[in-house]
Amino acid sequence: MTEPKMPLWEVFIRARSGLAHRHVGSVHAADAEMALQAARDTYTRRGEGLSIWVVPSAAITASDPADKDALFEPTASKPYRHPTFYDIPPEVGHM
Amino acid sequence: MYTQALNQADTGPKVIEDADKLARFEAKIDAEERIEPNDWMPEAYRRTLVRQISQHAHSEIVGMLPEGNWITRAPTLRRKAALIAKVQDEGGHGLYLYAAAETLGVSREELIDQLLTGRAKYSSIFNYPTLTWADIGCIGWLVDGAAIMNQIPLCRTSYGPYARAMIRICKEESFHQRQGYEIMLALCRGSAEQKAMAQDALDRWWWPALMMFGPPDAQSVHTEQSMRWKIKRFTNDQLRQQFVDATVPQAHYLGLTIPDPDLRYDAASGHWRFGAIDWEEFRQVLAGNGPCNRERMEARRRAHEEGAWVREAALAHAAKRRARAAAAKIAAE
Amino acid sequence: MTTIAVAETPLVLSLLRLADTALVHSHRLSEWCGHAPMIEEDLALANLALDLLGQARALYAYAAEVEGAGRTEDDLAYLRDAPQYRNVLMAELPRGDFAFTILRGFLLSAWAHPFWQAAARSADAQLAAIAAKAEKEAAYHVRHTGEWTIRLGDGTEESRRRMLTALETLWPYTGELFEADAADRAMIAAGVLPDPATLRPAWEATVTRVFDEALLPRPADGWMQTGGRSGRHTEHLGHMLAVMQHLQRAYPGCTW
Repeated sequence: MTEPKMPLWEVFIRARSGLAHRHVGSVHAADAEMALQAARDTYTRRGEGLSIWVVPSAAITASDPADKDALFEPTASKPYRHPTFYDIPPEVGHM
Repeated sequence: MYTQALNQADTGPKVIEDADKLARFEAKIDAEERIEPNDWMPEAYRRTLVRQISQHAHSEIVGMLPEGNWITRAPTLRRKAALIAKVQDEGGHGLYLYAAAETLGVSREELIDQLLTGRAKYSSIFNYPTLTWADIGCIGWLVDGAAIMNQIPLCRTSYGPYARAMIRICKEESFHQRQGYEIMLALCRGSAEQKAMAQDALDRWWWPALMMFGPPDAQSVHTEQSMRWKIKRFTNDQLRQQFVDATVPQAHYLGLTIPDPDLRYDAASGHWRFGAIDWEEFRQVLAGNGPCNRERMEARRRAHEEGAWVREAALAHAAKRRARAAAAKIAAE
Repeated sequence: MTTIAVAETPLVLSLLRLADTALVHSHRLSEWCGHAPMIEEDLALANLALDLLGQARALYAYAAEVEGAGRTEDDLAYLRDAPQYRNVLMAELPRGDFAFTILRGFLLSAWAHPFWQAAARSADAQLAAIAAKAEKEAAYHVRHTGEWTIRLGDGTEESRRRMLTALETLWPYTGELFEADAADRAMIAAGVLPDPATLRPAWEATVTRVFDEALLPRPADGWMQTGGRSGRHTEHLGHMLAVMQHLQRAYPGCTW
């Protein structure tokens, strides 16, 4: 008999208040509550977190690496989005 | 040790790879960029990684057994807490590694099935028995010490999820070796019986620990491809020598004798030169003839089979909940 | 070193009862390490075991300090034989299957949580400090074992059958959680320990909430087993201690 698959969940942890949740790994669990507990028992054993998100891995839509150029190259030619693009005389001071 | 899988041949079907894609892939590797899950990769790279990462994971999981054997007999409450935490860590490391392998498109269920049906291997070291408390000291000191030598370079391995898992693992494992050495120190500073226990354990674990790094480079032909793809970064013999150099002075500090009459310090090179390793023993243990191969696999199979009803119940309950939520939604509409 | 005789003043006895229950339960949980139904649960059960072991150590250390005979946590754990152990019987029953482990964990933590909550307001500052930490741990133990109780009770036919079997075995051991003898009454009067009768409503409420969702019947309170808190144990504790104390007994007086 093939073993039925236990759903996979992605785990995100907020290390300290003020920081965003960050992806730390994954766990297997049948439902969201058990996934949350598994994440707590697996990824916060050394005081790594104050808040946990678990998301079904299947719910994540990812960009295709093959689209990397189309998605991310065009931005490289738009330096006017960065403050260093603009010349301000030093005597004006910090801006 | 944990890269023993990289000493095996990739026996999968030969795939003719797209030359352009292969060139871009190899350029990325050469530029020290990481390969991520959805990136294009040659089939042989994927297969090598699945085999390597899953065997690493299996080693962590099977590795829980020899040390777990002493959890109920740890001699003090402090040692008991440390040992539970350590064996728990091994389980966590197995979990991180299975998850890293899963990013390559293979499920945990399939990987565990490969282990339980004997199609996948795990580190040879865990087929040796833990006969006395000193073995727990020796495992921490020597086995984890060897593992760290092996695992630190893996933090820079070319496959992103594997490298990230290894960074977390190395951080967590930093207490394991110290824990083991501290046990050895207490024994060596203790009664004559305790010191004899420590020496006996070293006598039994020394050579298997050296074997953990895998066959000599001259016989390990498959290392070359893995080195080129930066899955592996040092050769078996380099790591083994590094381990011996680090460990011999630690044994001397304990007042213990390394069970190798040929061991001597080579002042010119600054290395400890050691005697011949019995590779026949290594081959026999890998072939399933170690003292504990059968017991280890039986214990894993039993845990898996006895846990089947629990996993089924969890899935059944989740299905019931979904059905109830759906029914409630329809009723509300 | 031979078996020690502890001078059991009411406070020392009370601390030993709590410490022994935590240690023995922790030991049973730790027997799962490497053998759980899935890796996530290996980690979870080890966490429960470590919490309880931490509680036991703090309580032993305090008991040794109160006794004032220069003993250590390890003397108390490793050099008393079964008749000197004061844990409730439920904690020492063999590991059993996962249903049994979960249900035992649930019944004990559903008691421990209100107990530590109340003990956090103890007139004894040191016990109150131990309790404040243990209370949070117990709250998670209720959550973890409670959620599993629901899933196993309302899972498959097999999981339900196993839960019902475990329930039948464990229920007669729940009475001991609410006993109070002369030593307990002295501690209650001094404001050191909560009156177990006051813990019952919270325990009942937790059990009822979880059992309702798990579709498990709350058994009738029939004959209750007793004796652990005064040293009359099941046959199982002796075997457990023979294993646990092996090194300290085989090599007396050594440092490990």
